[in-house]
Amino acid sequence: MTDTLLDLVQYIKSCTDQSVQDYEIVRGELTVTTDRTHIHDFLVFLRDDHRCLFKQLVDVCGVDTPDNEERFDVVYHLLSLVYNVRIRIKITTDENTPVPTVSDIYSAANWAEREVWDMYGVMFSDHPDHRRILTDYGFDGHPQRKDFPLTGFVELRYDEEKKRVVYEPVELRQDFRMFDTLSPWDGMTDVQIRKHLERKEEGSE
Amino acid sequence: MSDHDDKKDKETQIRPYTMNFGPQHPAAHGVLRLVLELDGEIVERADPHIGLLHRGTEKLIEYKTYMQALPYFDRLDYVCPMNQEHAFALATEKLLDIQIPERAQYIRVLFCELGRVLNHILNITTFALDVGAITPALWGFEEREKGMEFYERVCGARLHANYFRTGGVSKDLPDGLIEDMMAWTESFPDTLNDLDNLLTNNRIFKQRTVDIGVATKEEALDWGFTGPMLRGSGVAWDLRKSQPYEVYDKMEFDVPVGKTGDCYARYLVRMEEMRQSLKIMQQCLRDIPDGEIAVDDHKITPPARGEMKRSMEAMIHHFKLFTEGYHVPAGEIYATVEAPKGEFGVYLIADGTNRPSRCRIRAPGFYHLQALDFMSKGHMIADTVSIIGSMDVVFGEIDR
Repeated sequence: MTDTLLDLVQYIKSCTDQSVQDYEIVRGELTVTTDRTHIHDFLVFLRDDHRCLFKQLVDVCGVDTPDNEERFDVVYHLLSLVYNVRIRIKITTDENTPVPTVSDIYSAANWAEREVWDMYGVMFSDHPDHRRILTDYGFDGHPQRKDFPLTGFVELRYDEEKKRVVYEPVELRQDFRMFDTLSPWDGMTDVQIRKHLERKEEGSE
Repeated sequence: MSDHDDKKDKETQIRPYTMNFGPQHPAAHGVLRLVLELDGEIVERADPHIGLLHRGTEKLIEYKTYMQALPYFDRLDYVCPMNQEHAFALATEKLLDIQIPERAQYIRVLFCELGRVLNHILNITTFALDVGAITPALWGFEEREKGMEFYERVCGARLHANYFRTGGVSKDLPDGLIEDMMAWTESFPDTLNDLDNLLTNNRIFKQRTVDIGVATKEEALDWGFTGPMLRGSGVAWDLRKSQPYEVYDKMEFDVPVGKTGDCYARYLVRMEEMRQSLKIMQQCLRDIPDGEIAVDDHKITPPARGEMKRSMEAMIHHFKLFTEGYHVPAGEIYATVEAPKGEFGVYLIADGTNRPSRCRIRAPGFYHLQALDFMSKGHMIADTVSIIGSMDVVFGEIDR
């Protein structure tokens, strides 16, 4: 499987000289990092080239890493039914830089990109229907950003006097509790994983 | 002459009539709000407004340990809970690099296929209800309740199972369950035949479904269709065959493929899939080996209750596991299963701690529902109901 993926990525690299910035094959999965300015042409190539034929866009999702220089990743998962291969494409962006939409290449991207906009606030240029999708009408903020609190900012209730649903700032009877369950003994995690890998090696020998 | 021109202009200026459908409508299968633009009774544009059942599952999972995150998957597509759990369990297992015992794999396949049958019973019967047939729902739900009983017997809950855990399953099959399930797989085809007789050649049912909501092969791929929706359009693609997981490669079953891509083809595909699922269940029940039901590593799976009463180490393991949980090595994975509705995937990013840093849930229904616009264009308003019914939408997974 790894050989097939390696062949594939070498081929993609030879055909699109600038698009592939970086790639890695881990656990039988191919991840290609590219630049957001190339994403449109890159996906057209992947869809139409006779050795790729990634006809199906499985998913588009956002990832937030506030520590990175450009905090958001937009991750595309593609599937080639002909070659039975999956590929993951990553681009980065920040709050203010729009990403070219791919909904003209894959219709399925339309709602997926709306969700990324809704949840993370990543903008998509030339998107045909750039509305929010999952949150309420008139919602403020992008809930899946890491700096958005889990409890949110507003809560709603039905007001008997006004005869309608009203929004109010969140009032918690008890503060949201975040338990730090991590072991203070730093070695703990390493022990767990190392022990596991050792056992695996013994098994393979 | 000029009068005539004026009249013509006026006629072309008619604005489409906008109608609101749902969110509280029995044919909306949950909380779907649909804004329909109509020309008379012809749908010009359908704009689904979703998110009324949005609970922020993906965000919540980021604040939970891996063990606490698993039950959220029961609450996504609450019609076939175990299939969802399966995707998350596979994702963590791949990151932890563990291989679960064979008996656990058989149990998982057995209950995934039971889930598929339960899901398709619900879909087909409520679909028939939408287009005017009540009897299938009454007959189907009786059998469905028997299936839910098997869920209950194995994990204690009819719906929110929390049964597939990372590293295996939580409990072994109770005594007598294998025999009872075998008996059910032999008696259920009778009900299936009854449904078949009621619907397949039913004139009204065919009038409401044949040639309604046609999606060609190319359209199905373009809109990200998976599962019965894709197979109904004539693409022979099933992850259980093409990218087998667990013991599906040992199972003998056929993948039904539709020819016409309309609502009727999707109905036929689902009917046949139920028969194939029963076949897989029978093979599982026949071949299931004895042995462990979870990996023997108490850093990941809890020790036996009896052991905890005697062994100090088991006690510590239990305490650590249910407070801190297990650590998953840093990395990312996309694990997917063929859920009854289509490809259900979990894209998990782990940062090496006991909580996922990102858990993206790829729900098949989300992609199916967005195709409603092009599928219902030019159809009558009543056909929209057929199309929604044949899409098998469950808002738990669409809104997440």
